[in-house]
Amino acid sequence: MKRSVLDLWVGFFVAIGIGALLFLSLKVSSFSGIDQKDAYTVSARFDNIGGLKVKAPVRSAGVLVGRVTDIRLDPETYEALVEMRIDSHYAFPADSFAAIYTSGLLGDQYIGLGAGNDTEKRLANGSDIKKTQSAVVLEQLISQFLFNKSVEGQDAP
Amino acid sequence: MSRLLAMLRFLGGEVVDRVWRLGCASRFFLAVLVKSGAALSRFPLLLREIWFAGVLSLLIILVSGLFVGLVLGLQGYEILQRYGSAQALGTMVALSLLRELGPVVAALLFASRAGSAITAEIGLMKATEQLKAMDMMAVDPVARVVAPRFWGGVISMPILAMLFSSMGILGGWLIGVVFLGVDDGAFWSSMQASVDFRYDVWNGVFKSVIFGVAVSLIAVFEGYDSEPTAEGVSRAITRTVVTSALAILALDFVLTSFMFRGML
Repeated sequence: MKRSVLDLWVGFFVAIGIGALLFLSLKVSSFSGIDQKDAYTVSARFDNIGGLKVKAPVRSAGVLVGRVTDIRLDPETYEALVEMRIDSHYAFPADSFAAIYTSGLLGDQYIGLGAGNDTEKRLANGSDIKKTQSAVVLEQLISQFLFNKSVEGQDAP
Repeated sequence: MSRLLAMLRFLGGEVVDRVWRLGCASRFFLAVLVKSGAALSRFPLLLREIWFAGVLSLLIILVSGLFVGLVLGLQGYEILQRYGSAQALGTMVALSLLRELGPVVAALLFASRAGSAITAEIGLMKATEQLKAMDMMAVDPVARVVAPRFWGGVISMPILAMLFSSMGILGGWLIGVVFLGVDDGAFWSSMQASVDFRYDVWNGVFKSVIFGVAVSLIAVFEGYDSEPTAEGVSRAITRTVVTSALAILALDFVLTSFMFRGML
């Protein structure tokens, strides 16, 4: 095949284009964190999820172990039903508990998974986390505080 | 009263003229698509157009990308360090480049660098009656001249946009990490934690493909439709740059509003 300088330039152009795509995919971004294959789904019910979003991290002892995949409102109990995928490298006891925390003072919310004491049964695909703790909502906290204050005020003569 | 009427008539005429041209452009787009099979099978033609639209735009894209990244790094650091979260600089630079600035600014540069050149080339070919001569020799000018230029632009645009984003991120890294002392590991890891390949990178690439189609179509159409005079060609080039810029920004709004709706 006859080669021209033009071919060289176009080849160079396409090559650095592929290089840029590799850079963007490997160095800049991540493929959705937890791999879809090596993970199991568990669900948990919360009275209030605060500002939790889909794809929020699931952490145990601060280590990223999974991500939130779905958030729904249960139409019968009016509880928030949160589904999360957890890396199958980590097996948690069946009586583990889930709580919604905030990273930093104003940061994003995430699910903190605390390991339980059950030594035999483990959380598996489709299992339900029974013990949960809702997100702390600032307004509720303040109104509770004000309510307590006013009750104190009534008690004192 | 008659002046008011004349004004109304002028306005109506302009609107009808625009709609008419839009219809012509759509028909032309279809013709280019139908005839692009023959153009794509003649690879050397396409290669020459990728060289013309892509390789020759490389320098301006890389240099502007670097400077946009430098500015983003500088301004982002200034604001983020007030809230004590300078580590988020990588996230800010990468997301703003990948989602918006990369595709849009690269497309604007592409329109003014390559789009205007394509219009000028085709317009001059028309003015010097080369297109007519081709038609006389039973060579279809749309398949021979227009379609390769169109596809050359469409192929080059996403590559240029990715290069722009990459250079910008490197520029942000240069300012943030090398000059301002943001931690190198925190810069990259916070970026990787919040940039998703499919959601951010892929949508950006998709955007730039759309922009590539729009800019290339406007460029070849304005060239093909230009008045075959020196003045007509110069007007066509101006129209290419102005219309492309408007189309890019309007399309960007539409694409962003259905791509990045936030993840509920």
